[in-house]
Amino acid sequence: MMSAMAIETGRNPTLLEVEHLTMRFGGLVAIDDVSFSAKDREITAIIGPNGAGKTTVFNCLTGFYKPSVGRLALSHPRKGEFLLERMEGFTIPQKADVARTFQNVRLFPAMSVLENLIIAQHNKLMRASGFTIGGLLGLGTYRRAERDAVDLAKYWLDRMGLTDRADNEAGSLPYGDQRKLEIARAMCMQPVLLCLDEPAAGLNPRESEDLNQQLLYIRDEHKIGILLIEHDMSVVMTISDHIVVLDYGRKISDGSPEQVRNDPTVIRAYLGEEEDGELPPDVEQDLIDDARRQET
Amino acid sequence: MATAMGERKGIDFIGIVKEAAITAFVVFVLALPISGLRTTAEIGGLGVHARWDKVAMYMAIAFVGRIIWSLFLETRGRHRRESSESSIGKHVQKYAHFVGPALIVFAVVLPFMPFADRYILDVSIMVLTYVMLGWGLNIVVGLAGLLDLGYVAFYAVGAYSYALLALNFDLSFWVCLPMAGMFAATFGMILGFPVLRLRGDYLAIVTLGFGEMIRIILINWYSLTKGPDGLSGVPRPSFFGLPFERNPGEGVESFHGFFGIDYSSVHRIIFLYYLILILALITNAFTMRIRKLPVGRAWEALREDETACLSLGINPRNTKLTAFALGAMFGGFAGSFFATRQGFISPESFTFIESAIILMVVVLGGQGSQIGVVLAAVVIIGVPELFRELQEYRMLVFGAAMVLIMIWRPKGLLAFREPTLRLFEVKKSGLFGRKQASEAAE
Repeated sequence: MMSAMAIETGRNPTLLEVEHLTMRFGGLVAIDDVSFSAKDREITAIIGPNGAGKTTVFNCLTGFYKPSVGRLALSHPRKGEFLLERMEGFTIPQKADVARTFQNVRLFPAMSVLENLIIAQHNKLMRASGFTIGGLLGLGTYRRAERDAVDLAKYWLDRMGLTDRADNEAGSLPYGDQRKLEIARAMCMQPVLLCLDEPAAGLNPRESEDLNQQLLYIRDEHKIGILLIEHDMSVVMTISDHIVVLDYGRKISDGSPEQVRNDPTVIRAYLGEEEDGELPPDVEQDLIDDARRQET
Repeated sequence: MATAMGERKGIDFIGIVKEAAITAFVVFVLALPISGLRTTAEIGGLGVHARWDKVAMYMAIAFVGRIIWSLFLETRGRHRRESSESSIGKHVQKYAHFVGPALIVFAVVLPFMPFADRYILDVSIMVLTYVMLGWGLNIVVGLAGLLDLGYVAFYAVGAYSYALLALNFDLSFWVCLPMAGMFAATFGMILGFPVLRLRGDYLAIVTLGFGEMIRIILINWYSLTKGPDGLSGVPRPSFFGLPFERNPGEGVESFHGFFGIDYSSVHRIIFLYYLILILALITNAFTMRIRKLPVGRAWEALREDETACLSLGINPRNTKLTAFALGAMFGGFAGSFFATRQGFISPESFTFIESAIILMVVVLGGQGSQIGVVLAAVVIIGVPELFRELQEYRMLVFGAAMVLIMIWRPKGLLAFREPTLRLFEVKKSGLFGRKQASEAAE
């Protein structure tokens, strides 16, 4: 399956084009001239050590920060091109259909699981309710729209295995389920680009395996692009079609998982000690020397 | 007996006595200057007279009271009380679908009850006004989670709108009412714009300032509002054109004349009672309905997590503004009712304490809980009113009641949130539901 996917890679149209993205906070340069692109129907992972600026990239993409410099072009398959850096925060998810999740889960804890998923469809329902007036009068259009919204929510609840908890408070779910619910909520917006900020953080190996399957399913069945920040290499290396590596706000590598895995810069910056036997020659020599010195 | 029982459970008696002794000492320190020393007028000046007996009595009360309280806590266990916290709210909410109608039926027949004299009706009107204000503020504070300390400003705008329109343009109550609501909603928006970016404490401070500003404008804009003198002679309501007067003047038929009943001053009160009841019920129906619409859900979502709302493409500006405007609108309706009931309004009626009381109704009731607001309004407005004979002590009782509620039910009297929609039907609670469930079990 993986190889079939790899062949297909490259034929998909570009979904997101990030050019010369720079973000400064006063004197601190959090992202320094980063360019990369993400293709439609592919999983693009952004990896890098802590503080590399991954989440900042996300915040720029989803309108929480205004980039200092750069162009963020999203080619929406149905609505044409959007320049995200020019859009006001909440209009990016609203008009350009970019959904995101957060590093520390952000649900609406006192509201039910189902309500969380219905709120994700706010703009659609708002239009259907005639901006509240039609809804107040109890018009049929709104009732139909709400039924459809519940159906969509049901679909994602089934998908994530949360149907039994639909009427529970979101805050009462176990952590792993909260993560799943956040992804379900983002998907209820019917996005063209799904940005996931460390979805596997805090999940056990079985849960992250489950997450892998979910993400592949979303990519293949819903045919959308996924942008993924992740530290868990078992997730990144298994499901990514394309990996971008950041370090200290700069892009240090960009390519397929194979390429990135073998890129000496990446190994030095990030994966170094994890890859047994694949250490850069100078590091390996150092280690051997150390061992010898201790023996004598 | 009690001792034996206590010892069996292993109660730390020395500890309790020690605790009681400390309490008694604190009471001694407090009581000595407050009531232990009394100044008396003596020949040649002021003398101080010590009243040791009183101090000793207070200390004894505190000592014994503390022991009883400690024993009570020991036997009952603190944790059990806390776990029952939300379940009471849940329970009441479960029966809400007949507690609500039962309350409405009670409210409708109240004026015809034998015990309902004019005084009871007056108090009920007061309570209902605060219920309505509480429900209005509940939209802003309970649903949207925006702490508004200046709600009385909208109440004032509504009252003055009605009074000025009625006095200057001779418009009837029913024409002025929607206009007053609209003016108040506009003011809600005006307030809303600058405070959109503020959260929590900062928002509370700005709204507090806004409330005071409106009052000060009302005091100083003498040419329009007659300043501190207030507006008198605000037209009283009429029953669709039929005034409630004994002698309404030439060519005007009065209410009692039209229906051929004897004149009674209670007629007007009853009419006002039903008027505020209907206005309050409209507020409630509106809130219940809008909670289930996208905008209502967005309010609650905004209260829960604004950042998450942004990521879902919810426009926080519009959402907050609608909450402010709609909350203000109901404040405006209540304000015009207030003006027509009183017949006289002045800035005195719209001080900060009013905002505080309305907020108290919402917070004590349990934010977002509609029945909780009713209960809290009865407790806060009704109880001090009924204990008026106790004079200055009633405020003391009131304060004590507030403290107790905050200790026992920090989330409000009935803090329970029912989801706006469910995937699975819950079995209908109450008598029928029980029966069905047991039938199904058989």
